[in-house]
Amino acid sequence: MSGKPKLHYVNGRGRMESIRWLLAAAGVEFEEQFIETKEDLEKLLSDGLLLFQQVPMVEIDGMKMVQTRAILSYIAAKYNLYGKDLKERALIDMYVEGTTDLMGIIMYLPFQPPEAKEKNLALITDKATTRYFPVYEKVLKDQGQDYLVGNHFTWADVHLLEAILMVEEYKSDILSKFPLLQAFKGRISNIPTIKKFLQPGSQRKPPPDEKYIAQVKQIFNI
Amino acid sequence: MSVKAKLHYFNGRGRMETIRWLLAVAGVEFEEYFFETREELIKLQQSGVLLFQQVPLVEIDGMNMVQTRAILNYIAAKHNLYGKHLKERALIDMYVEATMDLNDLVMCHPMQPPEGREKNLALIVDKATNRYFPAYEKVLKDHGQDYLVGNQFSRADVQVPETILMMEEMKPDILAKFPLLQGFKARISNNPTIKKFLQPGSQRKSEIEEKMIPQVMKIF
Repeated sequence: MSGKPKLHYVNGRGRMESIRWLLAAAGVEFEEQFIETKEDLEKLLSDGLLLFQQVPMVEIDGMKMVQTRAILSYIAAKYNLYGKDLKERALIDMYVEGTTDLMGIIMYLPFQPPEAKEKNLALITDKATTRYFPVYEKVLKDQGQDYLVGNHFTWADVHLLEAILMVEEYKSDILSKFPLLQAFKGRISNIPTIKKFLQPGSQRKPPPDEKYIAQVKQIFNI
Repeated sequence: MSVKAKLHYFNGRGRMETIRWLLAVAGVEFEEYFFETREELIKLQQSGVLLFQQVPLVEIDGMNMVQTRAILNYIAAKHNLYGKHLKERALIDMYVEATMDLNDLVMCHPMQPPEGREKNLALIVDKATNRYFPAYEKVLKDHGQDYLVGNQFSRADVQVPETILMMEEMKPDILAKFPLLQGFKARISNNPTIKKFLQPGSQRKSEIEEKMIPQVMKIF
């Protein structure tokens, strides 16, 4: 019984990746049990471990938590990454929901037909550069501070960095018109826990490849 | 009697309905500004109040709040509907996130092409009766209490009944196999603020009418 959180998911990003980022940013060590076959998933189901028959599932503090946002909110609150009062929390929630929407589009891309690839790339680029990144650039500009909310490091900063890096994998110069976000990216990447997570050998997962996509389709009957 | 919140949305349920429920239950008076055409939405977007160019928008406590979950979290926390501590909050979050998954399916249902409606309805009913409702029935059974979390009224006791009622509109006997949920629904419906919200003339919105769907889709 290590007492460390234990993550149940496939060996890839999907909906678990933001949870890995947040735990890592908080300096919390965690274990992972990967679902590799349909049988692995069926065992979790038949053992009654998945409240709504879905993953992610994170065993943490005696709970078997499911629902990505529930898990993230719990971790953020527990490790003081959720702001100091209700209004900071409201801002963090708004910002995180924005980056969730953006990363949500990207998450589904590998499962789209190949013909849609170019159109989808245009969609991500458009949304990132006209809807989402301008907002965070403005937040940073208006406040002139290092972090998005309350002049201290929060979940919003972790989530935005994750989103920036994810979009950059599709278009490496996506931040070309956002100087403050470029500086933000550099700053947050240098936070020791995050710097460690960004190094090879960490529990951060690579972008989905053909093999991963096939595995996910097979396990989840997509 | 001052209005404490202003809601901007179209005159229908969509993503704003759960917010209306929670405000009503919290006893927060609110005004609604409905837009009926795409032009009106564009005007709102151009005014700069929509952080991500999207609605719902709720003006509350000096903030222009967007993002449904951010708004719900704020209202729940402010009005003591979010449990007494972190672990209760965790349970509440798990339960309400699931209702939102089911609500999304219900919300998108009218936009299905006619050929796909029956199959989609079957899918929604299947998820409700095999995935979501059994989980809530078991929660009630295991602790034998009146409310879902921590033996006190929380947002979970608002959002789960809201979803139940929406499901009953699709299939009136959907709770047939869930006696505890039936009791729960009846109990919660008798809560004074909820009872009031369920009466005609309240700000609760009805199911979208078939003929309104093209208009709504044009707005967005």
